[in-house]
Amino acid sequence: MAIHSVVCVKQVPDTTQVRIDPDTGSLIRQGIPSVINPFDLHAVEAALKFREEQGGSITAVSMGPPQAEETLRKVLGFGVDRAILLTDRAFAGADTLATTHALAAAIRKIAAAEPVDLVICGKQSIDGDTGQVGPGLAHRLGMSQVTYICGLEGIDPEAGVIRAWRQLEKGREQLEAKLPAALTITETCNHIRYASLPDLIAAADKPVEVWTVDDIEVDRTKLGLKGSPTRVNKIFAPPVRERGEVLVAAESSAADAAAKIMDRLTEQGLEMGLAG
Amino acid sequence: MNTATNTPTPGRFDAIVVGGGPAGLAAAYTLAAGGAHVVVIERGDWPGSKNMMGGLIFSQPTAQVIPEFWKEAPLERHVTRREMWLTTGESVLKAAYESTDFGAEPYNSFTVYRSRFDKWLAEQARAKGAVIITETLVEDLLMEGNRVVGVRTGRPQGDLEADVVILAEGVNPFLAEKAGLSRGLKAESLAIAVKEVLALPREKVEDRFNLEEGTGAAYEIVGEITNGIPGTGFIYTNRDTVSIGVGVILKDMVDRAGEAYALLERFKAQPQVRRLIQGASPREYSAHLIPEGGYRGMPKLYGNGVLVVGDAAGMVNAAFTEGANLALLSGRMAAQTVLKARDCGSFEALTLSHYGELLKKSVIMKDLKTFEKMTPFLSSHPHFFSIYPELASAVVKELLTVDSLSKADKMHLIIKLVKSQRPTRKYLKDLYDGWRAFS
Repeated sequence: MAIHSVVCVKQVPDTTQVRIDPDTGSLIRQGIPSVINPFDLHAVEAALKFREEQGGSITAVSMGPPQAEETLRKVLGFGVDRAILLTDRAFAGADTLATTHALAAAIRKIAAAEPVDLVICGKQSIDGDTGQVGPGLAHRLGMSQVTYICGLEGIDPEAGVIRAWRQLEKGREQLEAKLPAALTITETCNHIRYASLPDLIAAADKPVEVWTVDDIEVDRTKLGLKGSPTRVNKIFAPPVRERGEVLVAAESSAADAAAKIMDRLTEQGLEMGLAG
Repeated sequence: MNTATNTPTPGRFDAIVVGGGPAGLAAAYTLAAGGAHVVVIERGDWPGSKNMMGGLIFSQPTAQVIPEFWKEAPLERHVTRREMWLTTGESVLKAAYESTDFGAEPYNSFTVYRSRFDKWLAEQARAKGAVIITETLVEDLLMEGNRVVGVRTGRPQGDLEADVVILAEGVNPFLAEKAGLSRGLKAESLAIAVKEVLALPREKVEDRFNLEEGTGAAYEIVGEITNGIPGTGFIYTNRDTVSIGVGVILKDMVDRAGEAYALLERFKAQPQVRRLIQGASPREYSAHLIPEGGYRGMPKLYGNGVLVVGDAAGMVNAAFTEGANLALLSGRMAAQTVLKARDCGSFEALTLSHYGELLKKSVIMKDLKTFEKMTPFLSSHPHFFSIYPELASAVVKELLTVDSLSKADKMHLIIKLVKSQRPTRKYLKDLYDGWRAFS
C-alpha cells in the first residue's frame, strides 16, 4: 500500500536566541535567525520511514511569509517529494484556529489530486507551544487523531490501520487508529537522519510551489487576523525556577541516597509503571 | 572511479567549491553565470554562518563580481570617514579623512555583517544556477594519482566528483595541505582577531561618531592598546551596533603570554573609546584567525584539477586590513580560469596556471608583493607599536601645552625628548629597515 503523507512544517525564530524586552515583555525577534520547528523534523523523519516501508510519496506544506521557503528547501533536502508554501497577506496574523482552516483547505486540494493517508505534524511549535494545529487538522479533515506519538509500530496495510505509542503524563499508551489519520510526533519518536548528499543535490532542482489564498477553496472570513479569536493579554518571562533539592553523595552511602530518592518520589505520588 | 572524459555526464558538476565564504561564493557566482554546473559545499548552517568578519567591504572589487550590488545587498552603512589613531593610553593623536565622494554611488566602502552579506551572495549565486549545499563537511579529497577528481563529504553516499575542485576553505586550509599545495599554518604568519558587536540605538551611533544618517566611520587604532604586541584595534559603525575588536600577530601574543580578550578589554577601557561605546549592550563575541603571512606565506595556488582561493591561499593584505576583496577577486579569477579550461577540455595544472597569470597581473599580487616583508618586519620591530606612538604624542603634547617655556625652549625640549627615547643610530636603523621592508 503506497502511503501519501502530508507533513506540516513551520518556520520559527530560533528561540534559544530570542530575548525578552524587559520593558514591554514582548519577544525581540529582530535579527534572530529562523529555523525549522525542531519537532517538525521528527514528523518529516516519520514520513520518510513510512515511505521506505510502504512506498508512496511525501508532500510538505508550510504556511508563512515568503522567507519560509528556506524551511521547505531544507525539508526537500531530506528527500521529500513535493513542497508547497502557503503565503498570502490574507493568512497573516493567524492564530491556531485560522491556521487550521488554511492548512486544511490546502490539504483538501492536495488530496483531490492524490488521496492523503496521513497528515503528520510536530507535537507543537517552539514559538507558540500550543500543540493545537495537529488536532485541529484531524477535526477539519475528518481523520483519526493520534497526538504526542513517542513510538511508531507501523502501518498494517491490510487492516488499513496505524499502530503507535502515545506519550501521556503518566506513562505510555498503545493504540491503533484507522487511516486516514492525523498524527503529532514527539522528539522521542525517532532519530532524525543525516540527509544523503544525492538527496541534497536533487533538492536543489525541486521547486517550492507557492500557493496564495486564490489557490485554495476556503471561507476567507476564517483566515488571518480576522479569523483569529485568540487575544494575547500579556506576555511575561516565567520566574526563574528554584534550585532543586541536592543530596550530597559523600554524606551518605549510595544505598541510603537511593532510598532517600525513592522516598521523595513516592511522597510526590509519582507512578513508576511505564509501559513498553 | 570514472576516468575523466570530455563528454559531460548528465548531473555531473563541472566544479565543486569547498566553502561558502566570499571567495567560494564569488567563484560559484562567476562559474554559474558563465554556464558551468557548480556546487558549493559549506559546513555551516548557511553560507556566512561561520564568517565573523564585521568590517569593511570595498565597493569597486565587489562590483566587479556583482555590479551595483549596493542596490540590493544587506549593507550596514557606507563609510565616509576613516580615522587612524595613535594611542598612548592617556592621549590619542588622530588622522582622519572624510569625503562626500564616498557618500555617493559607487561609494568606496561599506560596513557589513559578513554573515548576512554572504547569505545574500549565496542567493545571487543560486539564482544564477549554482547549487548550495550547507551543513556538510568536506572531509577529504578524492585523488587519482596526483590529480584531484572530487571530494568526500561526511554525508551518506557523500562522494562527489567533478572536473575541478576550488578550495575556498578559509584560514585553516587542511584540504590544500592534503593536495600538497599548502604547508600548513605557522603562528608567525597568523593574526588572531577578537571582536564584539555592541548594540547602540541608531541615533546614538550617529551622534557619538558624528555621522549623517546612513553614513559610517571606520577607525583603526595603533599603540598602547595592544600592550606592545604588533597589531591594531578597530571600530566600525553599523546601523544600530558598533563592531569593536583587536587583531594581533598570534606568535607575538603567545610569546608574551598575552590574551586576546584581555587586549580587547584594555582597548574598550581606553577613555577615548569608552565614551563611544558607553551603555552599549553586547550582542556577539567572536574570535578568528587571519592569515597574514602575505606573499611569502602563500601556498601553491593550483595543481591538477584543483585551485586555491581567498584566505586558504593567504590572500590578506595586513597593511591595509584587506582580505574579503582579495577573496572575492581571487574567487572570480579562479572561476574565469575554470571557464577557460572547460573550453579547452583540460584541467591539468598547466591549463590552470592561467589563474596564476591573472593573479600576477592583478592588484592582489602587486600589493601582496609590495608588503611581503611587512609581517616579519613588524614582529621584529615591536617598538613601532609602543615607542613611536608615545613619542609622537609627547611631541604634540609639548607643542600644544601653553606654559612659561618659549617656543625655542620647547623645540630644544622636544629634541631632547626624542634623543632620550632612542639613540640616533637606532632611529636611522628603523628608517633603513622600514625602507627595505616596503621597497
